[in-house]
Parts: sequence; C-alpha cells; structure tokens
Amino acid sequence: MSDVVIKTRNLTKEYIRDEFHVVALKDAEIEVHRGDFVALMGPSGSGKSTLLHLVAAMDRPTSGEIEVLGSKLNGLNDGAIARWRNRHVGFVFQSFNLIPVLTALENVELPLKLTHLKKGERMQHAATALKLVGLGDRLGHFPRQLSGGQEQRVAIARAIVTDPDILLCDEPTGNLDAKSAQEVLSLLAKLNKEHGKTVVLVTHDPHAAHYASKVRYIDKGELLPDGTKPEGWN
Amino acid sequence: MAIPLSYNVRNLAVRKTTTVMTALGIALTVAVLLAAFSLVEGLRTTFEGSGHPLNVLLTRKGSDSELSSNFPRSVFNDLKFKQGIAKNANGEPLASLEMVTVIMLSSEEFPEGANVNVRGVTPTGIEIREDCRLTSGRWFTPGRREVTVGSSVAKRYPTAHLGGKLKFGRGEWDVVGVYDSVQAARNSEMMVDLNQAAGDFERSEVLSSALIRATDEVARQALINDLEFDTRLNVKARTEKEYYALQTSSGDLVKYLGTFVAVIMAVGSCFAAMNTMYAAVARRSKEIGTLRVLGFSKVSIMLSFLIESLLLSILGGLLGILLVMPLNGITTGIGNFVTFSEVAFKLRVSPEIMMRGMIFALFMGAFGGLLPAFSAARKQILTALRQI
Repeated sequence: MSDVVIKTRNLTKEYIRDEFHVVALKDAEIEVHRGDFVALMGPSGSGKSTLLHLVAAMDRPTSGEIEVLGSKLNGLNDGAIARWRNRHVGFVFQSFNLIPVLTALENVELPLKLTHLKKGERMQHAATALKLVGLGDRLGHFPRQLSGGQEQRVAIARAIVTDPDILLCDEPTGNLDAKSAQEVLSLLAKLNKEHGKTVVLVTHDPHAAHYASKVRYIDKGELLPDGTKPEGWN
Repeated sequence: MAIPLSYNVRNLAVRKTTTVMTALGIALTVAVLLAAFSLVEGLRTTFEGSGHPLNVLLTRKGSDSELSSNFPRSVFNDLKFKQGIAKNANGEPLASLEMVTVIMLSSEEFPEGANVNVRGVTPTGIEIREDCRLTSGRWFTPGRREVTVGSSVAKRYPTAHLGGKLKFGRGEWDVVGVYDSVQAARNSEMMVDLNQAAGDFERSEVLSSALIRATDEVARQALINDLEFDTRLNVKARTEKEYYALQTSSGDLVKYLGTFVAVIMAVGSCFAAMNTMYAAVARRSKEIGTLRVLGFSKVSIMLSFLIESLLLSILGGLLGILLVMPLNGITTGIGNFVTFSEVAFKLRVSPEIMMRGMIFALFMGAFGGLLPAFSAARKQILTALRQI
C-alpha cells in the first residue's frame, strides 16, 4: 500500500457568523495516499473548501488532528507552517490569484524567493515550470495580457515550481470556459500521472471529477463514507 | 527572503495619481524644513567664516555687541601698547579703536528701510582687515565725509552705489569705494573715518570697541586673559571669530519657526501616507492572502508594505529637495539680533541639509506606513483571500 500523505482524524471546524453558530466541518476523517488524485465534491457551502483550507494549514481546526506528510499541523506555529507550506504544498485558487504587477515568470518565481536558489536558478526553474504548462512563450506577459485559462496555467506553474508533494486545488475550473477548464484538468491529470503529484481537487463539477482516481463527497459539513453520495446528487 | 522590491515599485507606479499626490504632500513638508535649514546654514557659513583667528575684539564688560558697548578712548590708549599685540611695518601696534552705529537705507526688498552697520575706523582698522579688498573706487580719506561700502551693501541698496551720496550724521557722505571680503559678514557693513563719524555722532570720547591683532595664538590667549582680568580697564575680550559665531543665533527664530511648521505639516503628511498605505492594504488584501499561502511570513508582508511606504517617502523627499534647490545661492538679508542691523547672506542647500530632509521624509514614511503594514501582516489568510 502506498504512503499516506494526508490523514485527518475527527477534524471539526466551527465558527460564529453574525451570532450564529456554524459547523462548517464535523468529525471529518480522510486518508489520501501518495499519487492519489482525489476529488472532493459537494454542493456549495458543504464544507469541502473548509477541509482543503485545513489541510493546507490556511486555517486552524476547532478540534481534531491533521497529519500531512508526517507533520502534525496542530503543533506548528505560523512561521513553521509558512515554511512547511512553501516546501510541501502547491495551492491553486479558483480566481487564479496572480499578482497583477508581476509578469508570468515573476509570479512563478515568487515561491522560489523563499528557497536558497540564486536569481538565475530561480528564473530557470520558473521558465521550466511555465514551459511544462505550455506557456513557454508567455514568460514576460502580465496577467492582464493572458486569457483566463492561461492565467490558471500560470497559477498551476506557480504551485508546482517548488516541486511540492501535494497540489491542492480549490475549484480551479470555476472561472473558466469549458475548453480552458478541460485544458487545466488535463494538465492536473498529467502532473498526477507523469510527475507523481498527489492532487486534491475541490469541485462541484461532475465533469471535473472524472479526471480523479477517487471521489469523496461532503454534505452539510460531513464527509460521507467512501462510495456514498449526498441525497439527490447525480 | 523578502517579497521582491519590484512588487512595491510597480504597485506605486500603477496607482500614479495617489502616489504623486502623497509624495507631493511629503515634498512640501520637506521643502519647508529645508528652506528654514538652508537659511540657518547660510547664516552659519557667513558668520563662522568671518573673523581673523588672531584678532581680539574688545567691548565694554556686560555688552554682547559693539553697538551697545561704550568703549572710552582713554581705555584704548591704556591698552594699545600691551605686550603680545602685533605691530605693522612702521612699528605701530595693530590696534584699532572703532565706533559702530546703524543707519537706515532703503532697498527694493525693504523700501521702508533696513538697518546697516556703519563702522568708523582709523587706517589701522583697514590694515588689520587685510581680507577687505577694494573692488572699485578707493578707501575713504580721513577727515572727509566719505564712505567705502561692503559689496553686499552695494548690491542690496541702490543708494549705496559707487559715486552715490548717503545722508546720515550731520550731512551727506560720498560713496567713494566698494570692498569685498572672503569673510562674508564684513560685506554687510560700510566703513568711514573714525574721527569724522565720532564728530558727527557726538561720540568723540566714548566709542564702541577695539580690534587688536595678537602676534600668535599663545599671545592671543595671554592678551585675552590679561585684558579680562585687568579690572581697571573693565573690558570684555574675545576672539573676533567667537564674536561672529555668536551672531549665528540670529537665525534661531527662523529655524525654530520653520521646524515647528514642518513638524505640524509632517503630522498631516504622515496621515496622508497612512491613508494611502491603508488603501493599498485594503485593495491588495487578496494578494496578501496569496503571498501568505505561497509561504511568505507575516514579517515579510509587514516589511514589504513598510518598504513601499518608505519608497513613497523617498520620492517625496527627492521632490522636496528639487523644490528647494532653486533657493541655493540666493542672497537675502536678515535682521541680526546682536548688531541690530541687516546681514546679507546666501541661502545654502548643502548635501548635509539634503540628507537631513531625506531622513525627515523617511521618518514620515515609516510612521505613516507602520500601522498599515501591521494591519497587512495581521490579516488572517482566509479573511484576506475573501476580501475583494
């Protein structure tokens, strides 16, 4: 059996919004193995992004444990988490989140600024990542000069440039047209199959989930057992 | 490693209008401060460069200036043969009894008139001021109502030109020459014959001061000690340089006033910078969240926004220096609180002053940027990412 890279136990996230007590995630238990391509599906507000944010240590759980690549995230401070995230996790956002004043190459270079690589090496790595996502001819373009699909591919290049173990993607095709969405999903599948990246994809698009090797559903904050879908879900 | 500087520079360039307006606010504040400093610096250069190191100025004890000093002729006669006083080629002591008074002259700048020092001297007084060289005309003739004016006086007062006539004392005085000295304070005076002036102003026996030349530095100090401790004479002795240096205080009021206005303006500029930076933090909330997700620490985020504020203030500082540069070298006059007369000097925007202006601007940037930078660093990742 392959290594477990993500393991959660009784993971719960609660918060107060406008005086209402909201349970965003309740006792979620999931194991993701190295090389998996897992799609987390569910309706809007079901808690799938919350689970992804907790796994990326972008948020702290109310209770429960998360172990990612052998590190127990609960015990790490902010600085350690920032370093850990830079080294092991690539994150892809729905709205790309590129820095508008930096070129494609500079955007991709950003995470490498936190490594010990020299400027020339960083640029070389960033250019290689952009070539890998098919944007080798767009290095000097600013985000506003790119299409949505190209922007998302730059974002993926930025996520993989540090050669992380895990790629966490939050609705990466949510803002794209069908053709661009397909290109992005194919790219993620390629990174999973050919480069061995573990991918966790949050989506509510069944088509997107077809690219995954495993699909887990979340409904009303509960991670449903493997193979179970929410009621009324096609 | 830090967030790249190009990120800050380009963000400043993207919001051009806000950047320029905030930088202009800082620039005006810096310009006000530098204008006040350039005036004080000009005065300092004028006074500190004046006075011969071996000259000793004597005034009556208790008088801070020649103008308020009553110096009896008899005292001068008692001291002029003291040991340590240098002698001229004829073997006469280089000691000059002098009378200083002020007259009013009108200029374009001050049509209602400004006070100008008139110094009555003997030929020894001219000899002892070997730095004063005629640029046109000649020295006054003893016993005549003739005046030789300093170059600043000739420039600033149209009536004091060569060949002109000045009315003071008991009649009209002919301007017969113009002198110039590297010791700038001397150029704001005019020189006349001591006895003619003393007669006109009815001060034959009680004059103002004496200027003596010591043979060397050791003798100078011995002379000062000797004269100070001679209770019979009742004189205050100090080096001529020391006397002029004291007059730099004439610029203190302008310096304090300028600094006060600049500090008040600086508070406003700090708020302007703060406002700009808060707006930048709010607008770039998503970018802050993204940078945190990429692995940049809270400290990196804080430093990045602080650096951006400092860059803004550097731009403001440079603009402020550019605004004040045209003042460099402009000749102006200021009332000297010691001599009660106007002293002409050049405003000086020295590199040191520019540096002070830049440091002042950086302080404004740092104070203005600190709180927004803190707020950027304290943002929770998810909260930052959700803000539009």
